[in-house]
Amino acid sequence: MAGWLWFLLQLVIIAGFVTYLIISAKKAKQENRTTWFMKTWEKDSVKSIASSLMSIILGLLIGCLILFIMVLIPTQGSKLSMKSAIDGIQLIFSGIFNTGRNANGSLIFGFNSVNIGDMLFRATPLILTGLSVAVAFKTGLFNIGAPGQYLASTSVTLILALSIPTSVVHPIFVWIIAFFGGILVGALWGVVPGIFKALLNVNEVITCIMMNWISANLVTMLFDKQIGPFKNLLDPSGTKNLAYVFKTTHNGVATPKLGLDLIFEGSQVNFGIIIAIVIAILIHIILNKTTFGYQLKACGSNKNAAKYAGINDKVCTIVSMAIAGGLAGAAASLYYLAGNTEFAWETYQSLPAVGFNGIPVALLACNHPVGTVFSAIFISLLDVNGMQLKYMTPYNEYITSIITAIIVYFSAFSLLFKQILNGKIKINLKNIFKRNSEKTVETIEKETATEDKKEVIE
Amino acid sequence: MVYFIQQTLVFCIPLMIVALAGVFAERSGIINIALEGIMVFGAFIGVLFVRMFLNMGFGPESGQFILLVVVIITMIFGGLFALLLAYASINLKADQTIGGTALNLLAPALVLFLILIISQQNVLNINSRYSSADLFMLFQEDFGLGTSYENPLGVIGNILFNKVFLTTVYAIVLYIVLSIILMKTKFGLHLRACGEHPQAADSLGINVYKMRYIGTVISGCLAAFGGFIYALTAAGCTSNGDVAGLGFLALAVMIFGNWNPVSIALAALLFGALKCISVGYPYIDFNGDGIYALTKLPINSHIYRILPYLITLVVLAFTSKKSRAPKAEGQPYDKEKR
Repeated sequence: MAGWLWFLLQLVIIAGFVTYLIISAKKAKQENRTTWFMKTWEKDSVKSIASSLMSIILGLLIGCLILFIMVLIPTQGSKLSMKSAIDGIQLIFSGIFNTGRNANGSLIFGFNSVNIGDMLFRATPLILTGLSVAVAFKTGLFNIGAPGQYLASTSVTLILALSIPTSVVHPIFVWIIAFFGGILVGALWGVVPGIFKALLNVNEVITCIMMNWISANLVTMLFDKQIGPFKNLLDPSGTKNLAYVFKTTHNGVATPKLGLDLIFEGSQVNFGIIIAIVIAILIHIILNKTTFGYQLKACGSNKNAAKYAGINDKVCTIVSMAIAGGLAGAAASLYYLAGNTEFAWETYQSLPAVGFNGIPVALLACNHPVGTVFSAIFISLLDVNGMQLKYMTPYNEYITSIITAIIVYFSAFSLLFKQILNGKIKINLKNIFKRNSEKTVETIEKETATEDKKEVIE
Repeated sequence: MVYFIQQTLVFCIPLMIVALAGVFAERSGIINIALEGIMVFGAFIGVLFVRMFLNMGFGPESGQFILLVVVIITMIFGGLFALLLAYASINLKADQTIGGTALNLLAPALVLFLILIISQQNVLNINSRYSSADLFMLFQEDFGLGTSYENPLGVIGNILFNKVFLTTVYAIVLYIVLSIILMKTKFGLHLRACGEHPQAADSLGINVYKMRYIGTVISGCLAAFGGFIYALTAAGCTSNGDVAGLGFLALAVMIFGNWNPVSIALAALLFGALKCISVGYPYIDFNGDGIYALTKLPINSHIYRILPYLITLVVLAFTSKKSRAPKAEGQPYDKEKR
């Protein structure tokens, strides 16, 4: 029951806070003064965060709804019951604090160092792929090629980290060579769509998709257990049976833990998360405090105006894609240099989800570089909650992928949410479901006009 | 040779029909990057309903009837799934690429979630009693050509009348009919106008929103059908939340074929052949002399897998100036914009 109380407490606190804000705002309006809340609300960034939160809440609610619907649909051999649905909802919201079940079979919650550490570990590549997508977005490009850049970097990182003998070169230098090698290859993979876009005016989405699949097949070719040139890097031990590449610890190369494993005992977290956060801050500084960053953003917001101002938009496009690719490459390097992750080389049929999950991370952060840190942690929190759901209930971890997809879907029309928040569009179910949205705007204008008249009359 | 042509058709038919799906969406002005997602969804729905029909007690004797019904159901569900994209990109004027990406993420997740709950494993099979798709396969005796090993019609008979699925016929008929509708009728002209210049189309009294809805829904129907064909012919009527990137390859076919149904059919043949070589190159015997020619070549088999994507890139590089992409694709239609 503790979980339920905790959940209810959260709800009560949030509801109380929101009612306090609304009541104080109303009072202030009557007295013709503004509160701190109204001032911050005017800011665009606050509204962006609010619209992201709206997509998250909608995604989570639909996810919970799916859990209930699955109980109601009878399937053969189904182990689902109402109790598992309720447990599932608790785990979706707070699975990270789950510490197992008590004697009665109900879930118990508390500080779980493994889960929290793993959450940070999984967030590391997500921060960087999110940054990759965000930087491209800022320049008006959609980098759907992050999975391909990630894979290309994975292979090069692993090859460098495993084949440079640590008896000759100090492991730290091997780490650094592998890390930058990965970034370089990622950038190379990103620059191709950039060049196509800048010089040949080919849509970057298509080239990115093609580059993704080329990368997926190329990586398989490199590590192929029969004919691949790097088949000696495959792990031949019994259960692995050549399906995975060696961990980098096989060669003594691994990211240092720097005491983080003492805080989060038993988890996989390491120094990589700090590197990722530092990179996010660096990108923030580059984008917002330098001329170069300003040029990139100018190209993104209006290409013609940027050209007119003397900015070379072609160089901007190419460089922006190179940076995006490099960031996705860094994601793979940090993830696989951790030393406790294995890479299944047979990738030619599917692309890594981490690359695609950069898209929700960037969208939720509204393309703000520091924001990606928080949204990446949120997405990996969902991942960890999903794993708990898999272990503790008859459901499986894919529910969190569903929630992520729904969040992306709702982020696609975050503009609409912003308009709602700005009060330009009032939430009216009749209007939303009308076929012609032009009409809705007209009716809203009419409504507001009549309201204005009423006020005048009063 | 027979093996080569049949295997090429296995990949060519879904590629062709899904590329046509892309054409319908893009010609009406909506970028449908969600083809892969809709294919995954269609494959799942198809296999699920086949499984349901078999569990309800229909046997092999009504195989072809089940197939037809399932194809229709799959197309309906695919259309419904595409409505999500249509609503976001037409009514809410959302970014079509992001909307499509959302569907690409949603479909495998949803499908795997349901498969794991339904069958407690990562793959959804049709039924425990009928383990493979042979149930729906037509052999030469079904055409009244006897049961002898040598087909009376020779090689052609072996290709067309032995071990074939009726879905191939449905797909080809559908392809021809829809291509004619798109390129030769008034309705098709209206649809294409919405993708080229929606303002002009609107001024002539064409309802752009309606046309784009129709284009996207037809696109969804066809893509789901293509997904089911893939599941039936290439995956032995199983579904595992994956169509091996065929949806993205179909996008490449569409660009390669310049958004024109005739060229797309040819492009699909080429890409199907490449895909076939990459999958089955050790078994391909071109002239029937018992020598598997491709295994003798000093080419890495993975090169064949990369070729379709590489060719698309090169073609894009050379034809970008002459590209006939619909001019208004990707832009939400706004009446006030001039």
